[in-house]
Amino acid sequence: MLDVNEIRKDFPIFQRETKPGTRLIYLDSTATSQKPLLVIEAMDAYYRRSNANIHRGVHMLAEEATSLYEEARVKIARFINAPSAHQVIYTRNTTESINLVAYSWARANLKSGDLVILTEMEHHSNLVPWQILQAERGIELGFIPVTEDGLLDLDEYKTLLSRGPKLVSFTHMSNVLGTINPAAEIIRLAHEAGAVTLVDAAQSVPHLKVDVQALGTDFLAFSAHKMCGPTGIGVLYGKMELLEAMPPFLGGGDMIKEVKLRSFRTNALPYKFEAGTPAIAEAVGFGAAVDYLSSLGMDAIAAHEHEITEYALERLEEIPGVNVFGPSAQHKGGVAAFTLDGVHPHDVAQILDQDGIAVRAGHHCAQPLHEKFGLPATSRASFYLYNTKEEVDLLVSGIYKVKELFG
Amino acid sequence: MDDLYREVIIEHYKHPGYRGHLDPHDVQFADSNPLCGDHIEITLRTDHQGHVADARFDGRGCAISQASADLLMEAIIGKPIEEIKQLNRQDILDMLGIDLGPVRLKCALLSLKVLKAGVYGLGEASDSLVE
Repeated sequence: MLDVNEIRKDFPIFQRETKPGTRLIYLDSTATSQKPLLVIEAMDAYYRRSNANIHRGVHMLAEEATSLYEEARVKIARFINAPSAHQVIYTRNTTESINLVAYSWARANLKSGDLVILTEMEHHSNLVPWQILQAERGIELGFIPVTEDGLLDLDEYKTLLSRGPKLVSFTHMSNVLGTINPAAEIIRLAHEAGAVTLVDAAQSVPHLKVDVQALGTDFLAFSAHKMCGPTGIGVLYGKMELLEAMPPFLGGGDMIKEVKLRSFRTNALPYKFEAGTPAIAEAVGFGAAVDYLSSLGMDAIAAHEHEITEYALERLEEIPGVNVFGPSAQHKGGVAAFTLDGVHPHDVAQILDQDGIAVRAGHHCAQPLHEKFGLPATSRASFYLYNTKEEVDLLVSGIYKVKELFG
Repeated sequence: MDDLYREVIIEHYKHPGYRGHLDPHDVQFADSNPLCGDHIEITLRTDHQGHVADARFDGRGCAISQASADLLMEAIIGKPIEEIKQLNRQDILDMLGIDLGPVRLKCALLSLKVLKAGVYGLGEASDSLVE
């Protein structure tokens, strides 16, 4: 088990009070996680000691910066069990990773009438790139429905698969319902139907052990900032033969082997997709974040979150007027999106904020999913390795306070 | 409890005096705040002197957006349309009697944005109306 009290000491932000005497209760890690000191220090040390541009100069700092940047890539590859670090492409975030696939792979491989399967629980980042392609190319979009209890309807998925899709792109874990989708099965079925797969793993890689080879997925996308790392850097993992066949996405320095006035030759993987000076300090911080999570163990982190989530669902459901969305704790990560009868989620979040409790309110970039459940918005509490049952208790008393105010 | 949920705001949210829809009306406009799903429709009747004879709002959303709409309706009845065109962000904040951060400011200003787009006869409500 995790020693959460020790873990909390690793995060400087938890020493902060939101106002005198009110400590921060951070329940918004699904939006972005807090950062442990060793990540902050790794980036600080990089700027203080090693800052230089990578893959260019031959001077000492350039060599050092390049090594740090590439060592982080190896750590990340190992963390998701990628066969090679060359298959780990740095991007800005999950959104850019998905767009990379949409702009490079999909534009080279999809034509009018081709079917792309998504789900009704996608984040806007796994909807809009495909809608853009739909308008541009005339591809068709099919959606795996979400059942009343917040799970994917796999029977409907099989029906969609019979139409011969070219791509199945889906979230591993919903950022609203918390549903952990059966990714390995979805991927296996997609492959049997001859489709390529892309997993939006923004919410799963930070919280569960994700093994890209065990999943067998063709592409997988995630962000550093949701897993104790900095903002501004994410990853696209891809199978070697797909990445090699793909045309470049952004053009510029570093992605080329040779440039003439009227032509260029692309660089090898992963650099082919990394045009321009990348987020070097952020890569170093990302590597430190992966070290941190690995030292604690992803299984222990997942077990802790499961315990907190189970407790939170139990406590929230006891409150009259509170409705929690999504499946039971068994199928769910550390997310509890809820409504409180008669009070808008913004008001709930704002009143909780006055007691230092940070939750998110809105549609959480999943507007179609909210429409499906007939809701303009929900409040969302989410849990990570540093959250405690005591914080859940404070959330619950905060909600009672909201009820009193609006009673 | 903090000033943000002053009694006046909770009161106007729970028991609005000007919720409804005027039919017939001389001015009608509606818009939403896509970030939170707040929605406000405003209908007005004007008299021969160009004054607001009656005003109603309808919609759904957070306490701040709905209370500010109710307070705004109360404030404009009897006022000349030309005066309404001059209303700005500070007038709304004065009515609410609170200070707001950038996110909640959008909630508070939605009704003014809708009102001004309506009285100017615009096709679309723009944020520049309430700056």
